[in-house]
Parts: sequence; structure tokens; C-alpha cells
Amino acid sequence: MNVTTVSFSDEQEQFREILQKFLSTQAPTTEVRRIMASDSGHASELWRRLCDELALPGLHLPEACGGSGFGAVEMGIAMEELGRALTPCAFFASSVMAAIALREAASDDQQQSLLPDIISGQRIATLAICDPKGRWSADTMTVTHTSDAALLNGTASYVIDGMIADDIIVAARDSVTTELGFYHVTTESSGIERHALKSLDDTRRMARLHFSDNPAAVLTTRDGEAVRDRIFDQVCVALACEMVGGAQAVLDSAVEYAKLRVQFGRTIGSFQAIKHKCAEMLLEVESARSAAYVAARAVAAEDPQLRAYASLALAAASEAFVNTATQCIQIHGGIGFTWENDTHLWFKRAKVSEQLLGDSTFHKERMLQAWGI
Amino acid sequence: MSDNNQTSTDVRDQVRSWLEVNWDPQRSLQQWREILVDSGWGMPQWPHRWYGKNLSAADAAIVNEEFAKIGAVGVASGGPGRLAAVTILEHGNDAQKDKYLRRILTGEDPWCQLFSEPGSGSDLAGATTRADRKADQSGERWIVNGQKVWNTSAHHARYGLLVARTDWDLPKHQGLSYFIIDMTQPGVTVQQLRQMNGYASFNEVFMTDAVIEPSDLLGSEGDGWKVAMTTLAHERRMGDALRNTSSDVDRSGPIYAEVDAENAVAMEPYRWYPQRAGRVDLLVQQAQANGTINDPVVRQEIARVLVMARSAEWTSLRARAAQVRGKPQGPEGSLGKLAASNIARAASAAHSLISGAEAMLAGEDGPLDGLIGEILLSVPAISIAGGTDEIQKNIIAERVLGLDKEPRFDSGPFRDVRRN
Repeated sequence: MNVTTVSFSDEQEQFREILQKFLSTQAPTTEVRRIMASDSGHASELWRRLCDELALPGLHLPEACGGSGFGAVEMGIAMEELGRALTPCAFFASSVMAAIALREAASDDQQQSLLPDIISGQRIATLAICDPKGRWSADTMTVTHTSDAALLNGTASYVIDGMIADDIIVAARDSVTTELGFYHVTTESSGIERHALKSLDDTRRMARLHFSDNPAAVLTTRDGEAVRDRIFDQVCVALACEMVGGAQAVLDSAVEYAKLRVQFGRTIGSFQAIKHKCAEMLLEVESARSAAYVAARAVAAEDPQLRAYASLALAAASEAFVNTATQCIQIHGGIGFTWENDTHLWFKRAKVSEQLLGDSTFHKERMLQAWGI
Repeated sequence: MSDNNQTSTDVRDQVRSWLEVNWDPQRSLQQWREILVDSGWGMPQWPHRWYGKNLSAADAAIVNEEFAKIGAVGVASGGPGRLAAVTILEHGNDAQKDKYLRRILTGEDPWCQLFSEPGSGSDLAGATTRADRKADQSGERWIVNGQKVWNTSAHHARYGLLVARTDWDLPKHQGLSYFIIDMTQPGVTVQQLRQMNGYASFNEVFMTDAVIEPSDLLGSEGDGWKVAMTTLAHERRMGDALRNTSSDVDRSGPIYAEVDAENAVAMEPYRWYPQRAGRVDLLVQQAQANGTINDPVVRQEIARVLVMARSAEWTSLRARAAQVRGKPQGPEGSLGKLAASNIARAASAAHSLISGAEAMLAGEDGPLDGLIGEILLSVPAISIAGGTDEIQKNIIAERVLGLDKEPRFDSGPFRDVRRN
């Protein structure tokens, strides 16, 4: 596969259309706002339907575990559409972060036992790996191996959907060797202390988890850093796709408003000041889109350039999303700063996404290093 | 229309056997091109009657492939001559086609384009060069007065493609006519135009009572804008043709020396164009050479440019892939020029940052023997030439995003329109 020349198959386009239609009719912003205002922030009914009717969680996961067996390109399409619709759901935490972590860190048997429930939507999983600075260092999590157990201690921050998760994949460092390893705990059994964190973006909930001698199943204790980096690359690509979808949504909204809003006897979109902003936004969104699509294909093809492309895509998408969301408010003027107007929903997602996996400065540097520069 | 009874294999076989008989690098360029033009293989997509084979685009591509494979030289293809040929083919009458087409294709007559004026750049239809019908003892002729600018190759052109105003009482687009003008007459003066980067790639053309015969009106009087659109549409597509020099074939034979000389003349005005695009390819190399690659600020600036450049490259690949699959053109197709401007500006700023104080120096004293300085002084052109960034943004906003047009103040008789 030539990863840099992007085009989608008819099947992929159809999948996009179906998901887009489902989300726009079943989860419009009125529904997003309702979920967002709820205590859990989790739309159990909507999630159920995404699982049952669209088989979304297993889209890119192996058929042997009950998934649909598609790849990263389809995962990217799903993330893009979820980002466009700003759907609050467990896809990112459960199907992307946790499932990809399992694919990279767990044995076949472990995958066989854990993935089917994630895929059916029976259980929600997430990945706990961040230190308090948001880095994927696991520096504040230790594991102590006793004769019959692995015991987790410490704190994991910014755990997406941490309050509703049933399974948690935990990255921790060996208390003796400091080797990074991956572990699995369930929230029913282990008595983890969970604190909801107040996120700037109510559609993306996160938690801080405290572990004290919680027994865990070992997924892997080998090559932890390499496993971590592989998971990170893929999660970055997923988030980049989501941000492209979000950026497209605010661009569309800005353009639509510029066609309607009349000031000084003409639509504001007829002023070059607004036209030129919109043209720049389109360029930025389309550029980020190209980068995200190429990165998703690089995941699917296991392209040697994946690391550089993943960081390139994340840097491009996060700047595009923040800029377009900011400009969308500006083009809306006063109404754009109100709670009633929907723009702030995407703006908040943009501001959180821009930090979630490291900001664009971090990723530009990571891209250069991946290229050996 | 292509001949339906002809399969692609037939075309390939035919062109091969024709080339086998006729291609000979020992011929002079002139001899070869006459044979080629008269055979129809030089312009395979053109009609039989006018030096073509009436082939489809796909079959014409096969012909080009076969030419490239053995290094056979094509018709004179560069620059304004080609624009003249397509415009005359589409809008000219038989007498005009007879008179001009063959000598364009053989390369005997160099041409130039006379559209832009000092007073009308982005607003091309605001041309004020005038062509007035005057009768004297030798009959009725057009008398032209005015000034054109940014005319590549005008200094050695035999003919020019001229847009001039023939009616001042009509709205501006309707009062223009399109002419072929003899550039060698006394009423036409060509002067080189020196640019801020020191090169002189273009000319100014002054017309003082220059004469055009009535037979050199292309299309009807008042059709100038419509005809000019044909020329401009092809100009946008010509970038590819310029890059189309091949390949790994054996290039021995006197004809290649002539072709190289021809290309050298044609490409001379574009020598600095790589610098105009910002030379993204030199950023890392320069920063590594002077150690600034370890400076985190420099690294960020380089990375920013690389992100932009890669994304833009991928966007154009995506647009092309969609085109190949027969998908309707998406927004990605119209963004390349604007992206190129942004990238060039960012690359130029990064070059300044990397070179530091040395960025003050030009020529042999400057980094890379002045190449970096040339980048800094050439980049401002890219966001102006061939449609300014502002015009590009208007086009994107109006045609792609569907925003309303600006109110206009130039819709009445051109005589009354405010102008420079």
C-alpha cells in the first residue's frame, strides 16, 4: 500500500456515510448536551446502540475475538466522525486506547479472554498510563512482584473514562528494576480509589486512579518502552483523526453562519475579512486531514515512517482544530461566546485534545527525532 | 472524440512503427519537427485536419509514453507558443490556423502573452490598452496604444497574444477583444523588467500606434475575455509540461544539442523559481551545517515547515487520486497554490533564523554562495504571481465554500469605472 496517496474504497465511504447519518440523527448536539450534563457523562443507551446496531467497538479488532477485522483506516474514519459529531462515548478509551494496548501488550490467550467483552460493549476498558504531567511515563505507578501476585501502587492521572471503566490496563514500573510493564485490573475486584477530575470538556471525562497493593494480572514485563511507543503512535493517529472531524465541524459551522448573518446590509461572508479567514481554515483543515489519513494508512501498513507520520498528523490536527474552533467563535461574534451556541462544545474538546497526548510542540520535536534529525 | 474502432494496442503499435521509420536523432530539429507535425503524432489529441490524430487523452498518453521511451523529441511545447496554439485552435478561423499553427508547433515562431498591465493585475479585465479601428488608404486596420507588463519571452517573440479594449461604453468584460500582434513592427517596444531579486525574467511591452490587420482579430470583436479564459485555463495546466523532460534514454545525436539549447532559452526566466518556493529541502541541511539544529527554537520552526510541506504534498496526491478514481473534485484541489505561498514564507523565515547574521549577506559572502539570500528575496513573488493569495482566497471562499461575492463597483460602462 502506498500510504501517502490516500483514497478510500467504496466500502469505506459507505461506512463513513452510515456512521455519519447515525450520529447526526441519533446524537445531535441536543443529545450531546444532555449526556454532557449527566453525572457519568456516559450515554449508556447510545453506546449500546453503537455496539449493537453498528458493531462499532470491534470495528478494527480481530474477528477471532468477535471484531469486524477491519484496520486502522476504518478506525480513523470512526474517530473522525465521532469527533465531527462530538459524540461522548467510550470508543476512544475502550476500543482505541485499551484494546490497542491489549493488542500490543497481552498474550493471545489474554486477548481472547478480554477483547470479546470490550467488542460486544459488555464491558468498558481504558488505559491508565499518564503521570501528573500527562506524560506516558508511568513514573508514578509501581508494581511489586511477590511470589503469587503483582501488586500495583501509586497514581495514574488523566485516565479517560476512568470512572465508568470495568477493565483498566495499567502501565507501571517495576519497584526494583524500574522496567515498564503492562498490567490488567478490573474495577469490580480490586478496590481502586477513583477520583473524577473536572475536565474542561464535559464530553470527555477523566479520572485520577490511586492504587494501593491492588493485585493485577501481568500482560507483559518485556520491552515495555517499545510497547508503550507502539500504543502511543496508534492512539495519536486516532486522536488526530478525531480532531480533524472536530475541525471540519467548526469550519462548516463558521461557513454556514457567514452565509446567514447579515451586517451592514450584506452577509458577513461577503466581506473579505471573513472570506479569507474561512479559506485559511479550509486549507488548514484539509492539510491536517491529509496528514491524518496518511498516518492512519501508515498504521494499517505498519509503515516504517509511522512514528514520524503519527506525530506530524497530531501536530497538524491539533493546531488546525484549536485554530478553527477559535475562528469559529470569532466569526459567530457575540453569540459564539454564549453557552447557547454550540461552538464552545468543540472549542473545549479542542483545548483538551491539544494537551491530551502532548501538544504540537512536543509532537513536532518527536517527528524530527523519528526522522533522525 | 477518439476513433472508437481503434484500441490502445493499435495506437501503441502504430506510433511505434511510425517512430521506427521516421525517428532519427541525426536529423536537424527543424527537419524532424516538420515531419512530426505533418504526421499528426506530434499533437495526437488534436483533430486530423490540424496536425493531430483525433485521439483520446488516454491514447495520447500512450503516444507520449512511446516517444519518451526512445527519447524521441516532441513538438515545440514550451510556454506562450503552446498557449497560442491551443487558443488559436479553439477560437481561430481556418485562415488563422493555416497561417500560425504549423510554425508554432515546429518552433519556428516564438510567441508571447500580452495580458497584464501596470494598471490591471488581479483585475485582468480592467485592461486599458486600446485598439481602435482606423481607416486609411490601405484599408481598415486596428491601431493599438498602451502598455503591457510581466511578459515572459517578449524580447524574442515573433507574435504576441494581445487583449485590448475595443469598446469603452460596454461593461468591462464585454469591451475587450483578442488579437494576434506582430511583435517585430516599429510600434512595439520591448524592455526588460528587473525584479527585486536582481533577475530580469519578464518584460514590459509598449505599444504606440502599433498596427494589427483585421485578419488578426481572434474570435469576434468583444469576445476578448472569453478567448482569454481559454489561454488562462491552459496556462494553469502548463506547470506539468515544463517539468516533462525525460529520462534515461541514450541522448546522442545532434538533435539533442538543439533541443537542449531550446530548453535552456525557455527555462532561463525560471532559474530562480526553486528559491521562490522557499527551498524547504535545504532547511535541515543548513541547520546541521551550522549547528543550529540543536537549538529548540530552530527545530520547531523547521518542523513547522516540514509539517506544512508534507501535508500539502499529501493533499495534492489525494486530489490526484480522487481525480483518477473519477470522483468530483473536492476542496483539496484548489488549495495547492495558497499552501505553496504559506510554505514558502515559513521556509524563508526559517532560513533567516538558521542563517542568523549571515542572512544579511548576498553573493559569495552569503550562505551557499548567495543562495539563501536569493531565497529571502524571491519568496515574495510566489504569493503574487499567477493569482495573488488574496484572489486565491476569494476563489476558495466563493467557489468552494459558497460564500457571497463582494459587492462590485465596476459593472457599468467601462468609461465610467474608476481605474488607475
